[in-house]
Amino acid sequence: MSFQIEVNNRNLEANKGETILDVLNRNGIKVPTLCHMKDFFPSGSCRMCVVENLRTGKLITACSYPVEERMKIKTHSPKVIESRKTIVELLLSNHPDDCLFCVRTGNCDLQKLAKEHNITERRITGVKNNHNLDLSSSSIVRDPAKCILCGRCVQVCEQVMGVSAIDFLNRGSNSYIGTAFDKGLNVSSCVNCGQCILVCPTAALTEKNHFPGIQEALRNPEKTVVVQYAPAITVSLAEELGFKPGKDINGIINAALRLIGFNKVFDTSFTADLTIMEESAELIDRIQNNGVLPMITSCCPAWVKYAEEFVTDFIPNISSCKSPQQMMGAVIKSYFAEKSNIKPEDIYSVSIMPCTAKKFEAQREEMTHNGISDVDAVITTRELAQFIRLYGIDIHNIEPEIADSPLGVRSSAGKLFGATGGVMEAAVRTTYYKLTGEELINFRIPEARGLKKRKEIKLKIGDLEIGLAVVNGLANAKILLDEIKAGRKDIHFIEIMACPGGCIGGGGQPIEFDENNVIARMNSLYDIDDRATIKVSHKNPDIIELYNQFLGKPLGSKSHKLLHTKYCKRDVLL
Amino acid sequence: MKTSFEAIVKNYPNAKNDSLIPILQKIQDDEGYISENSVIKVGEYLKIPTSKIYGVATFYNQFRFEPTGKYHIQVCRGTACHVLGSASVLQELEKHLKIKAGQTSRDGLFSIEVVACIGACGLAPVICVNGEFFAKVTKESIKEIIDNYRNKESK
Repeated sequence: MSFQIEVNNRNLEANKGETILDVLNRNGIKVPTLCHMKDFFPSGSCRMCVVENLRTGKLITACSYPVEERMKIKTHSPKVIESRKTIVELLLSNHPDDCLFCVRTGNCDLQKLAKEHNITERRITGVKNNHNLDLSSSSIVRDPAKCILCGRCVQVCEQVMGVSAIDFLNRGSNSYIGTAFDKGLNVSSCVNCGQCILVCPTAALTEKNHFPGIQEALRNPEKTVVVQYAPAITVSLAEELGFKPGKDINGIINAALRLIGFNKVFDTSFTADLTIMEESAELIDRIQNNGVLPMITSCCPAWVKYAEEFVTDFIPNISSCKSPQQMMGAVIKSYFAEKSNIKPEDIYSVSIMPCTAKKFEAQREEMTHNGISDVDAVITTRELAQFIRLYGIDIHNIEPEIADSPLGVRSSAGKLFGATGGVMEAAVRTTYYKLTGEELINFRIPEARGLKKRKEIKLKIGDLEIGLAVVNGLANAKILLDEIKAGRKDIHFIEIMACPGGCIGGGGQPIEFDENNVIARMNSLYDIDDRATIKVSHKNPDIIELYNQFLGKPLGSKSHKLLHTKYCKRDVLL
Repeated sequence: MKTSFEAIVKNYPNAKNDSLIPILQKIQDDEGYISENSVIKVGEYLKIPTSKIYGVATFYNQFRFEPTGKYHIQVCRGTACHVLGSASVLQELEKHLKIKAGQTSRDGLFSIEVVACIGACGLAPVICVNGEFFAKVTKESIKEIIDNYRNKESK
C-alpha cells in the first residue's frame, strides 16, 4: 500500500512498512546517519538522523521510524539542526581529540559530521574516555577510547559473521565495547575478518600496522625484499587513488611497487593457480578414494579460524592446501630462493592482501619452515595506498609494467579468486579437465557468479554428478554446514569466504563501503577473465615449469611439505 | 552448598534468551559470583555467545565476576545514604582496600558490593558487613571498621 507523506513541504510517495529514511534516500534528501547500516535492523541509538514530526512537534529517528499516512516532516528545521549539532558536540566531548595523529583523519565519520554541522569550538567539555588500547590481536587494533558506541561492529560481527566476539559491556556512561570477560581480542573468538574495521566510523578499530618492519627491510641492502599482491588488489585500489572504482590497475601497481624499492614483484594469482592444481587433485582424490566429503576450501583464513573454533566437526573437511598467500610465501623461500641463489633468511617477504585475517594467518605456527616465517609482513589494500603516498609515487604518471617471473604469470582462473565463487569456478575448470581430458565449455559456471549469499550448483563431469556450493558471510556458511550436519549428502565441494562478496569485499579494502564498488570490482575480474588467453590454471606455463623443475606432481612429497598444512581445534570463549 | 549447573538449569527446561538473567542470578546465589566457566556453560545451554552474556551481566550491578571475600561489604547507595555522603564513604573504602566495587582484595579478605538501598534509611549512611550493619558511617569510622576485621584475622 502506498500513500503520500509531506516532507519539507513536498509530497512524497511512501510505502507502508518503509522507514522515513528509505523515503528520504529515494528522493535525494540527505540526513546524516551514524549507527545506521543498509540492510541491517535499525538500532536508532545515535539519533543523528532525527527529523521533526510537525504533527507532534517531536523529534523522531528517520532510520527506525516507519512512515505513517498524513505524516508531515521537516528534515532540517532549526530544532533538528540544533539537536544534531548537540549530539555531535556530545560525542566529541569525551573523544580523545587526536585527529592530527589518527589513521582515520580525513576519512572519519565523526570528523565529517563535525564539519558538516559547523562545529568550530568546544562548547561541551566532558571527561575523556580512558579505556585501554587492545593490541593483543595480530590483525586488529582496538581503541575503545575513540569508540562512539554506534554498535555497527557488534552488528556486523553477530549478523554477518555469526561470531559475536564483541558486545556492549557495562552501562550508561561507563559503556564500552569489549570481549567476553574483557580479554584481549587474540584470545577471543574473533576470526580477524576485519569487517568491523570497514564499518567503524572512527579509528576505534584499525588494522595492525606492519610498516616499520617493511621499511627497515627496504633500507637493508642485505635483504632481498619481495612482494606479492592478491588477485583482488588490482581491482580494489583504484578508488583509493582517484581512479574509477573497479578499474584494473595491475600494471601500475607493479611499477609503483618497483619504484618503492621492492626487488621482486610477484602476483599471488600465480599461487592461486597453484592452489587450484593441488586442491583439484585433492578433490579428485577424496571423491575417488572415499575421502571426507564435502571438501571445503581453505583460502580464507577467517573461515579457517572460524572452523577451528565454532564448527570443529568440519576440520577434516577443510582442504589441506595452504592459501595462495602462504603457498607463495613457501615457494618464494624455497623455489625462488634456490633459483636465484639467495638464502631464505635473506629474503623479506611482504604480501598485500584485501584482508586483515591474512596478517593473522602469516604468523600461524604452521606457516614457518625451520623457524623462518614464509611471509614476513602483510599489508592491506588501504595500507598499500598509504605506502604509495608515503613514497611519493605519482600513480597517475607512471607506465604500467608486468610482474616478475617465475612467480608472476597467472591464468585468469587464479585471478577469479578475488570474487565469491571464483575459487569454485577455477577449481572446477581444472578438475573437469583432469577427469574428462576436455576443457569445460566456455570455461564458465554462470551459477557460481554474482554476490548472492549462497549459490548451489549441480554439475556433470563425465558420468560423475557433483554438487557444489558457494557461500559468503560466515553466518551463511553456518546455515549450510548445519544442513550438512543434519544429513544433506548432495554437496561434494564448498567454497566459503568470510567476507560479503569474497575478497573484493574484504576487511582490508578501502573504508568507504559501497556495494556498487564491490560490484564494479567483481565485473572487472570477470572482464579480465573474458579477455584472458590462459583461462585455466593447468595451462599456466610457469605452473607447469614449477612442477617439472621443482615440485614433481600435485600432492607429491614436496607439495605436501611446502604447500599443505593442518588445522586444530582452538579453545576460546565462544 | 554449591548446586551443580545441571541441577540449576533443570528448572529451566526449553529455556530461551529470557531465562538468562534468572539463571545467572541462581548461579550467583549458589557460587557467590559468576565464573568464566559458568558463563561458558550458560552460553552452551542457551546458545548465546559469551560476549553477549558478559555484556548483559555487566549491565547490572548485581552480578560480580570474582568470588566474594571473607568479609563482604555492602555499601548502600540509596537516596538517603547518598544525601548523607555515601559516595565519599565508598570512595574512601575503595582507596583503603585498594579495590573497586565488585572486586575482591588479593588476600581474599574483603570484597565490596554497591547496593541500591538496604532499607535502613534511618541509619544512613549505612554499610553491611556479612549481615552486620554499621550505622552513620563516616570516612574516618570506615577505616576503623575495616581495621577491626583485619586485626581479628591477624590474631
